[in-house]
Amino acid sequence: MTSSPFFRQPNDMLPERAPPVAMSGIIGWLRANLFSGWLNTGLTLFALYALWLIIPGLLNWAFFDADFAGTDRFACTGTGACWAWFDQRIDQFLYGFYPDEQTWRVNLALFLILPALAPILFDKMPGAKQLRWFSLAFPFVATFLLIGGFGLEEVPTNKFGGFMLNVTVGLAGIVLSLPIGIVLALGRRSKMPIVRTLSVAFIEVFRGVPLITLLFVAAILLPIFLPSSFSLDLVVRVIVVVTAFASAYMAEVIRGGLQAIPRGQYEAAQALGLGYWRMMGLIILPQALKISIPGIVNTFIGLFKDTTLVIVIGLFDVLNIGRTMISNPDWLGLAVETQVFISLFFFVVCFSMSRYSVYLEQRLDTSKH
Amino acid sequence: MANSRQESGFQIRRIWSDERARSALFQILVVLGLALLVAFFVANTMANLQARGMEPGFGFLQDPAFFEINQNLIEYASTSTFGRALVVGLLNTLLVSAAGIISATVIGFLAGVFRLSNNWLVGRLIGVYVEFTRNVPVLLQIIFWWSILTGLPKVADSLSIGNSLFLNNRGVRMPAPILENGFGWVALAFLLGVFASYLVGRWARRRHMATGQPFPMLWVGLGLVVLPPLLLFVALGQPLDWDIPEKTRFNFRGGFNITPELVALWWALTTYTGAFISEIVRAGILSVSKGQSEAAHALGLRPGLTMRKIIIPQAMRVIIPPLTSQYLNLTKNSSLAIAIGYQDLVSIGNTVLNQSGQAIEVVGIWMVVYLSLSLGTSAFMNWYNSHIALVER
Amino acid sequence: MKSVKYLAAAIVAAATIGGASISHAATLDDVRAAGALKCGINTGLPGFAYTDDSGNWTGFDAAFCRAVAAAVFGDGNKVQFVNLTGANRFPALASGEIDLLSRNTTWTFSRDVDLAFTFVGVNYYDGQGFIGRKSLGVKSAKELDGASVCIQTGTTTELNLADFFRVNNIKFEPVPIETNEEARVAYLADRCDVYTTDASGLAATKTTFENADAHMVFPEIISKEPLGPLVRQGDDQWADVARWTLNVLINAEEYGVTQANVAEMAKGTNNPEINRMLGSEGSLGEMLGLQKDWAANVIKAVGNYGEIFDRFLGPNTALALDRGQNALYTKGGLLYAPPMR
Repeated sequence: MTSSPFFRQPNDMLPERAPPVAMSGIIGWLRANLFSGWLNTGLTLFALYALWLIIPGLLNWAFFDADFAGTDRFACTGTGACWAWFDQRIDQFLYGFYPDEQTWRVNLALFLILPALAPILFDKMPGAKQLRWFSLAFPFVATFLLIGGFGLEEVPTNKFGGFMLNVTVGLAGIVLSLPIGIVLALGRRSKMPIVRTLSVAFIEVFRGVPLITLLFVAAILLPIFLPSSFSLDLVVRVIVVVTAFASAYMAEVIRGGLQAIPRGQYEAAQALGLGYWRMMGLIILPQALKISIPGIVNTFIGLFKDTTLVIVIGLFDVLNIGRTMISNPDWLGLAVETQVFISLFFFVVCFSMSRYSVYLEQRLDTSKH
Repeated sequence: MANSRQESGFQIRRIWSDERARSALFQILVVLGLALLVAFFVANTMANLQARGMEPGFGFLQDPAFFEINQNLIEYASTSTFGRALVVGLLNTLLVSAAGIISATVIGFLAGVFRLSNNWLVGRLIGVYVEFTRNVPVLLQIIFWWSILTGLPKVADSLSIGNSLFLNNRGVRMPAPILENGFGWVALAFLLGVFASYLVGRWARRRHMATGQPFPMLWVGLGLVVLPPLLLFVALGQPLDWDIPEKTRFNFRGGFNITPELVALWWALTTYTGAFISEIVRAGILSVSKGQSEAAHALGLRPGLTMRKIIIPQAMRVIIPPLTSQYLNLTKNSSLAIAIGYQDLVSIGNTVLNQSGQAIEVVGIWMVVYLSLSLGTSAFMNWYNSHIALVER
Repeated sequence: MKSVKYLAAAIVAAATIGGASISHAATLDDVRAAGALKCGINTGLPGFAYTDDSGNWTGFDAAFCRAVAAAVFGDGNKVQFVNLTGANRFPALASGEIDLLSRNTTWTFSRDVDLAFTFVGVNYYDGQGFIGRKSLGVKSAKELDGASVCIQTGTTTELNLADFFRVNNIKFEPVPIETNEEARVAYLADRCDVYTTDASGLAATKTTFENADAHMVFPEIISKEPLGPLVRQGDDQWADVARWTLNVLINAEEYGVTQANVAEMAKGTNNPEINRMLGSEGSLGEMLGLQKDWAANVIKAVGNYGEIFDRFLGPNTALALDRGQNALYTKGGLLYAPPMR
């Protein structure tokens, strides 16, 4: 017996049902991500408990119970943090002992960093070529603004302090170490044995010793190595030593960039009859430097964090200013608040720079393919 | 005539155009320039030293130091020499660096693996830890942990375990072992046990590869390492005594003390370097192609086994080179001990420098020691890298 | 090639040694040319070197810098303060980074002879002591067997401490610290039982304690610590300028010349000593290479020794130190300056 095949009629279709609650939507997400097994559940509960212990207490201490105004620590009567010093002493944290009327020069120098960096990081922007001359002149402009002379009142470098000192030492170190790093990187790849040996020796020595020992060299040994009629300020000596230290790291970063350039570029340049320096300057280095920018930014972040070490030789960077402040009877015992503030500042600056470098890396990667 | 002029012109031009000759000339100039620079610095140094009445030389290392050190792994008294003080400092540096490297690797691997877990909360929290510790200067972190540790109870209110282990803000004081006669045999038995378990492990692995038969290596190895020394220990009459710390008026006396400075420095270096290592491990694990873990799951391997046997061995190729530089950074960052008063090489060197005035020699010693440590660590890691390199078809 | 290298090196070396040996140019001329006195002080020690609210460095040691600046320039503000730690104070002076070190530095044989400096006098007779909590129940430093002691590394106090404990056959656990501030933190956290440094430093630190009465300074003074300013060896004229500035401060107190009455007294008095000092008689200033009224400028800028002491260390300050050994010899102390003749 044959029966007709079964056809379901269109209006007989079962209605669509929503997906199971336990598998989708927020509960599904929770199950998959937070509670997907005994270990995960345990970890999640433990983490939630830890957060519940820490976060409310932290917020209370930092904001809700804290005091924000006053002229000395006795004005802070609450149980929370005492931020009264912020108003009074923020200038010292930012500028150290720089004369108050002249701090506009520091602000101006800091602000000018943006137009100096822009043509290097965004080479397609309008007016980049002209601004590049400004970038080249920027170190001299900044030095003139900070130290003075020729019409601006001279400010001796022992008045530099606070964040300004950290930024000055860090930026000066990186900017000055760039040409030296390029030379060292090229030297390391050179075919001349003596040049290669010297470059390797310099890079390995300065990467192998801690920065603190180099700071001691700057503070105590450099005056012995230089003729005694020629004396440099401590800040200048520190910048010299930090530059040498940074050039070794910079050389390694640029070496990585040079290695990433395909051999075809070198060969094409040589086929065109370009000499060594022309080839490097016109073809290879521009590409290598562009690739190395994330590495350079990372080196700067590391160097910027390391500038806090100058406290060991008695320079008044931001950490030392904090220490000095809390030994003043007006502001005794505020170690926690100052440490939190300084940590937050470094975190914000370094984190934003590292995010930016990650963004740059991704952009450079995609632009290649 | 035209010939001879052409010949002489050819000679001079050759120095400029022949690459070999040019590079030789350039190198000679570089060496000359460097020699002049060095001569300049040496001349200045000799003149300045003479003006200050200081004599260069390492003879000062035999002079008595006259200062005390609070954490010393070898015998030291205030009448010991400067040289011995520097050796104590070096041992302290090695101690905190070695301990730090081990713990940072453990924390780094755990954090790296857990950041990639599918538990969203744990992954995010570890991310917060990593970003925060990576972007705050390590000096601040060291000082932070030291302040926390000095907030522990005072000596009078020490926390104690079994009345022989004491915890207070001056450190952890624990019983120190006094080795008596016969302990040497126990130690020898232990070393032999380790060696034997290594040999048995190799044999078991070879047998496993050849025939597929498993071998309870964990228990056998543990037995070989623990049982013979234990039996020998009991048989020789327990040649081990303990120096239990006892409370005196101000402090505890006896036993072995771990100062809060050491713990703070070690822990700060661990968390700081661990954050960087976790990023390296994460990048390494992500670099292994996803097909590997999918194939492993298809074969029925659980996630833990997959990670251990499949992913991490392949990821190690990518992880080891940057790991080396993190280890070197940790060793160099241990020099920050001077900021909290842990007497490592830099801290003691600073004291020696002040008391003896011989700055150049002390800084020279620092450089040589740290360079040797760096080179030694790199050499070892390079050997390990080539040792675990995957042999591809 | 090698011989060329060595010859070149030798030539440069000879030239540099020749050049470097004229390093002892007259410091007084250098200071005048620079327009300010480069003076080294502490990085922070209450009473001796600290910043006021406007960020200016002041204190007992800083005042001496201003005194010498007033002697040279007539203006006590022409000073460039350089803050130095214990580690880099001597290299800074030896290298020429500073011309005068006024940083509570003890005058010892080795610093004078071995490190080639010249101490220009003693401006504070001090001694090393201990401070501890009264609750320890300890009456004397000899009972501190087994105690933890906070000590600044690289100082004479470190050596004296080790000697004291060794001689008395007792042991201690050192807690090394770099600065006075770290010591304060460690001591208050009970990381160490006692803190040892110069008695003036102990008093200075005690002012920063919340509950100062709970702490006591032990009776033992275990060493002599004559604190004084120092200059480089080899420039006698500059050393004389610094030395006689200190003597002016002490003599002014002896003769009763104060910041208030110096302008009057400079016009002429009955006391020939005062007249010679302030310049209305004789030519003492010229002999030093300074102007006639150099001493008057000094007193005008900072006052006499007693006024400086009272302003920074005296009973109206938080330190409240006794003159003790630092009184004039006429009052039973040790301050005795040679006559200005």
